[in-house]
Amino acid sequence: MKTSFINRLLQSDRGSGIFLGVLLLAAILVPLLNLAVPEGSALHVPTYTVTLLGKYLCYALLAIAVDLVWGYCGILSLGHTAFFALGGYAMGMYLMRQIGTRGVYGNPILPDFMVFLNWKELPWFWHGMNHFPLAMLMVVLAPGVLAFVFGWLAFRSRVTGVYLSIITQALTYALMLAFFRNEMGFGGNNGLTDFKDLLGFDLQKGSTHVALFLATVIALALGFLACRYIVNSRFGRVIEAVRDAESRARFIGYKVESYKLWLWVFSAMLAGIAGALYVPQIGIINPGEFAPLNSIEVVVWVAVGGRGTLYGAALGAVLVNYAKTYLTAALPEVWLYALGGLFVLVTLLLPQGIVGLLRKLRKQSS
Amino acid sequence: MTARLIDRALGRGIRSQPLKPDVSHNIILYLEDITVSFDGFRALNALNLYIEAGELRCIIGPNGAGKTTMMDVITGKTRPDAGSAWFGQTIDLLAMREPAIAEAGIGRKFQKPTVFGSHTVFENLELAMAGDKSPWKILFAKLSGEQLGRIEQVLETIGLTHERDRDAGSLSHGQKQWLEIGMLLMQDPQLLLVDEPVAGMTPQETERTAELLVSLAGQRSVVVVEHDMDFVRSIARKVTVLHEGSVLAEGSIDQVQNDQKVVEVYLGE
Ligand SMILES: Nc1ncnc2c1ncn2[C@@H]1O[C@H](COP(=O)(O)OP(=O)(O)O)[C@@H](O)[C@H]1O
Ligand SMILES: [Mg+2]
Repeated sequence: MKTSFINRLLQSDRGSGIFLGVLLLAAILVPLLNLAVPEGSALHVPTYTVTLLGKYLCYALLAIAVDLVWGYCGILSLGHTAFFALGGYAMGMYLMRQIGTRGVYGNPILPDFMVFLNWKELPWFWHGMNHFPLAMLMVVLAPGVLAFVFGWLAFRSRVTGVYLSIITQALTYALMLAFFRNEMGFGGNNGLTDFKDLLGFDLQKGSTHVALFLATVIALALGFLACRYIVNSRFGRVIEAVRDAESRARFIGYKVESYKLWLWVFSAMLAGIAGALYVPQIGIINPGEFAPLNSIEVVVWVAVGGRGTLYGAALGAVLVNYAKTYLTAALPEVWLYALGGLFVLVTLLLPQGIVGLLRKLRKQSS
Repeated sequence: MTARLIDRALGRGIRSQPLKPDVSHNIILYLEDITVSFDGFRALNALNLYIEAGELRCIIGPNGAGKTTMMDVITGKTRPDAGSAWFGQTIDLLAMREPAIAEAGIGRKFQKPTVFGSHTVFENLELAMAGDKSPWKILFAKLSGEQLGRIEQVLETIGLTHERDRDAGSLSHGQKQWLEIGMLLMQDPQLLLVDEPVAGMTPQETERTAELLVSLAGQRSVVVVEHDMDFVRSIARKVTVLHEGSVLAEGSIDQVQNDQKVVEVYLGE
């Protein structure tokens, strides 16, 4: 049993091998080139770039979570940034509680925005969030429970296809509106920011960002391996069967709703972890992260990279976001059109995304 | 009747039934006085049908005779207005829902083949295997030697051993039909219902399907609904002719074909 488990994890196609290799290389090179190479050198990687790469990898983990449900089970989620943002808020709450008396108002317990709102007491859901283990539990629990409740209602009433996609949009939109309200207790439209340190490590320091980058690489690799284990197991074959012929899968005795539900919850938790790693690197979490458009962007990343491969989703996330970083700086007004055009192009010309194109090219050349 | 309704409302009769049919009287299926009306129109009209254990039975009849409706009743898809349906001596089919009936050992092959196209032939059979299908168990499931043997045996039976690693989507129409029969066999049914298996098949495929169905009977009962009289002649020991929702004639193919009523119905079609 044990050896087969490990075999299954390692049993990998070429793409997965390359993906893990690239991650390992990044984990070694990026810290080395940032910390060991002097700043003047051409080879030096500035901390700014380390953080940018870390952000891309958080997006890659989010993309993998979306690919898991969309590429393998046909559930097109247009609301996954809701789970991402919830994970981010859980981390943000922890970071807020670490500020203590260093805030503008110097209140040892209440974050600045609560003092500003004249609140006298910490809301109940902020209690204990100064403890790292509890905060980390909330990082997976908050998105997990939301996904469970949402999925239980949606899958049990057999909402599928475009209807499901629409209600996932509604979900993230509703959360965005709720988090914008000051009374919710999450900092309103300013969100949570001005973080000082994480586990005692100064967030202004480059080395902390290198450590966060490494943590992101590790989370991405583990998340990827977990997803691969799932899709290569018989569970994976069942969810693909559900994707291709749901009623037939039900007919031969699979409780389709349970399969969808657990896959959905797991995916939401992965998205939550991605969000939690994102927030300390970026330094802020606000309700804008719930914006419906963000969730649609994630779907574009996955489509561009190639759905149903996992590593393709990660590749798409990094490439599209690299393009976004570049374009929003050079030609800010063009970005949205570029994104829309990209999606249309990929849908029409590259239904299997970049990974599909590469596979085709390799087949032709051999 | 009331007791049955209460049972059903409470979800009883789904797992409390014994799982395997009792065929001590050598009869595996009893349909008695089954009547099904759609808006007053009787699709089945006091139908009586008995299938023996291990028998291969052909049901023929003109379009609209009620053949598919009969299968719907047996598998729990349609509730009859009157009559009784028993699986062996002890299992009351009318008190059960579809999944429970399938679990008790009645497998049904629909007309249109629906296999999982992006899975291999082997994986299709693996998916259809009887056993605990809860997500957690399936996530860590591993094929035992016995299960592997079972899959290989079914591959052999349906003649797809050499196609085991092909995507099911790339199979021919006939091969898909056999694979689907194979998927039913993985659940080890005691009664197999097959609706028009050779529609759209080439003559060679039709011939192999006949061999397959004949080989399946004996260990289990097989009920085949079919239009193709040559095909029926090639497999059937006993034929039942349905007409307007009840049995018009029953007997060997020669008896049935020479029956005056049957000739009239078929010529009048
Ligand atoms: N759901 C339904 N609603 C109304 N009429 C139906 C329904 N299902 C079947 N029928 C009618 O019942 C009759 C028997 O149909 P069916 O069992 O499909 O016949 P067969 O399979 O022998 O061709 C037909 O006249 C058909 O139109
Ligand atoms: Mg019919």
